[in-house]
Amino acid sequence: MRELTYRDAIREGILEEMRRDEKVCLLGEDIGVYGGAYKVTHGLLEEFGPFRVLDTPMSEALIVGAAVGMALLGLRPVAEIMYIDFVTLAMDQIVNQAAKFHFMSGGKVKVPLVVRTQGGTGRSAAAQHSQSLEAWFVHIPGLKVVMPSTPYDAKGLIKSAIRDDNPVLFIEHKGLYNFKGPVPEEEYMVEIGKADLKREGTDLSIISYSKMIHSCLSVAQALEEEGISVEVLDLRTLRPLDDVALKKTAEKTKRVLIVTEANKTAGMSAEIFARVIELVPNVQRVSRIAGKDVIIGCSPVLEKASIPSEEEIFQAAIEVVQGRAGREMVG
Amino acid sequence: MRHLSTPESLLFYMMLIREFELKISEMFAYSKLAGTMFHLSIGQEATSVGIVAALEEGDYMTSHHRGHGHMIALGADVRLMMAEMFGRKTGYCKGKGGSMHIADIELGNLGANGIVGAGIPIATGAAYAIKYRGTKQVVLCPFGDGAINEGVFHESLNFAALHKLPIVYVIENNQYAMSTSVERSSSIKELYKRACAYGIPGEAVDGMDVEEVLRVTKAAVERARNGNGPTLIESKTYRYYGHSRTDSAPYRTKEEEEMWKQKDPIKQYQRKLIERGVLTTEDIKTMQERIQKILDEAVRFADSSPYPDSQEIFEDIYA
Repeated sequence: MRELTYRDAIREGILEEMRRDEKVCLLGEDIGVYGGAYKVTHGLLEEFGPFRVLDTPMSEALIVGAAVGMALLGLRPVAEIMYIDFVTLAMDQIVNQAAKFHFMSGGKVKVPLVVRTQGGTGRSAAAQHSQSLEAWFVHIPGLKVVMPSTPYDAKGLIKSAIRDDNPVLFIEHKGLYNFKGPVPEEEYMVEIGKADLKREGTDLSIISYSKMIHSCLSVAQALEEEGISVEVLDLRTLRPLDDVALKKTAEKTKRVLIVTEANKTAGMSAEIFARVIELVPNVQRVSRIAGKDVIIGCSPVLEKASIPSEEEIFQAAIEVVQGRAGREMVG
Repeated sequence: MRHLSTPESLLFYMMLIREFELKISEMFAYSKLAGTMFHLSIGQEATSVGIVAALEEGDYMTSHHRGHGHMIALGADVRLMMAEMFGRKTGYCKGKGGSMHIADIELGNLGANGIVGAGIPIATGAAYAIKYRGTKQVVLCPFGDGAINEGVFHESLNFAALHKLPIVYVIENNQYAMSTSVERSSSIKELYKRACAYGIPGEAVDGMDVEEVLRVTKAAVERARNGNGPTLIESKTYRYYGHSRTDSAPYRTKEEEEMWKQKDPIKQYQRKLIERGVLTTEDIKTMQERIQKILDEAVRFADSSPYPDSQEIFEDIYA
């Protein structure tokens, strides 16, 4: 199968949807002439013109608010917020407007829009350009939150997000744009709300999403060599969470390690932890390793120290399997 | 709007708005309303009716927390509005929206809003969508004097002017953002002058004179419809009551309130129409009786409607 980068896979997904449906349009800062800060929308202006690939002023609230208005009139806008850190400037439009219009109207109106953004560390982009803020949105009923880890998933999920009749936060990872993986030539979709077992195993389930999946897969490989069989569940969608997949893996291995780049306190790892216990009361051990509760520093040394390393994940996995770490649930 | 094409109809809808709001105040006193969060626009009827009358069928508007008047002027079914105020399943939003969110896209209302200023970028995006469609529709975007100090006001007007969008922005300047007067909140007191920052026309109008509001808004709507971009209108008006039920308006004087009541939009228009020989005192009395019947029926409908089933809270979260 051919290989595409994560960046080109997303771009191809958007391109296909724009060719399929003229109601799909893009708006955001520097997405047209410049092709996007991370070049995801590169070349789309040339094919679809400045009206469908709209370079906006630096006005994040306007970008999302206008997308809501466009969606109310039947368009399917894909708004880009260049860094998830900038989403603070558009928070009202996402949380109070996009997420709630369908409900507040008693189901009369729909807001089919996608907010594409990217987060995470890896480029020494410092405190205001490196955060993992997904939990803020996962907390909001009315939103869907998608965080793909591979080019295949990214393409299939951006297509599903564009066709979804609800507001979808599509959170990319800046450290994955050059990551290559197989992507079929023929059209396919990946369903929102479905996790994916990226590796099967019997002794331990590692549950993660986005870029951390690759660290987890590498740790799983290393643990295999230690005689520990690990499965890695990629959530792919954080809201709605795939309870079926969570339950299945936790019932199978009875030992769960949750890994997130996002920091620990009131973060996604806490939600997954609670879910696993609720879904599988007889799970034996659950543990988590998350980003430190710190502000992300610029120096590569500081940046690296703020998120889980493969060594830490490896160590945590060993301890869970050996029953030395994590919350013991029974016995 | 066809239903607002005659002087009698302008008066009728202004009176209906006032009586509707007096009726909900009465219903509030009887503990019939869902909650206490409702905002009266009594005093501002000429603005609500005048701006909506400038639209054509097929145009759109956004509304805000003080938006009952917009809905009524659009020709909404006051029975469904009353039911929504009562928190009943038969209301416009199945009891899920309430006073601050009564809307109906089929009437052209894209949504009322509980967040000050939040409708401005939404209306602006709707205007972009119209340009995208290539139709001749227009979006009307009213908001209060408080909203112009929100960042989205600037972001949206700049964008709309940049793209010459078919939109008309109306500052319903009722002099107070909750308790804070324009004098205490805006560096420029003539609010329409902010238009010059965006290179678009700005115009002030006597918001207590329905025909003046209609005339000025109509010109702006036509400008928008003909591809000449947005306008910022400042309609100078006054809310007779406090910001909401719990506000006794200690921040302003009785003299000031009286001064504005002398210019009451309904009374002055009634006088005008009688002077012009369009209506008689008797006609107005008949109109008043008709309105009371409509509102009594709305209350009867709302009061006899069922509440939503508690399980409906789980519905309509996702489309």
